[in-house]
Amino acid sequence: MDIRTIITAVFLGMGCFFIIVTSIGIVRFPDFYSRLHPAGKTDTVGQALVLIGLMIYEGFSMISIKLLIIVIFIFIASPTATHAVAQAAYLREVRPWKKKEKK
Amino acid sequence: MFDIATIAVIFAIMITLYRVIKGPMIYDRVLAANAIGTMAVVLLVLIGFEYSRPHFLDLAVVYTLINFIATIAFLKYREKGRLD
Repeated sequence: MDIRTIITAVFLGMGCFFIIVTSIGIVRFPDFYSRLHPAGKTDTVGQALVLIGLMIYEGFSMISIKLLIIVIFIFIASPTATHAVAQAAYLREVRPWKKKEKK
Repeated sequence: MFDIATIAVIFAIMITLYRVIKGPMIYDRVLAANAIGTMAVVLLVLIGFEYSRPHFLDLAVVYTLINFIATIAFLKYREKGRLD
């Protein structure tokens, strides 16, 4: 097993960790505005780690250039979409979640 | 190596699908669907590497664009009631 495969495995493991953390956070967090926070994890660091690991596995070729295009586009566009969702919810006056008062 | 990562991403998509089905508001559903779209891009690339078919990368590029356009279009339709 050469060193490139080991580096790829480490990158894939970290990326899959962030993706699973995203899914758990989206299910478990209490309201809409706090769910925006884990949704940004896959959009930036999760997919970037997985795809950069595959670029290291592939070496320099046309495939790695396509992967780099995907990484850059998701890195710019997907937080834009998240911001648009948050702005639409704010304009519709969705109230933030508050902790219940103890009696 | 790739098959384990593929199974992990499929597992994450199945967990996130709970929020799409049950989400209290429509914005929760849009947010979870957007996250599922990003995970589906990663899944397509991983499947392409697993079966050593590089054509899946083109599908992943197209799916990235469609995912972004779909979210923006749905929010615009929700806000203004029309798309022109």
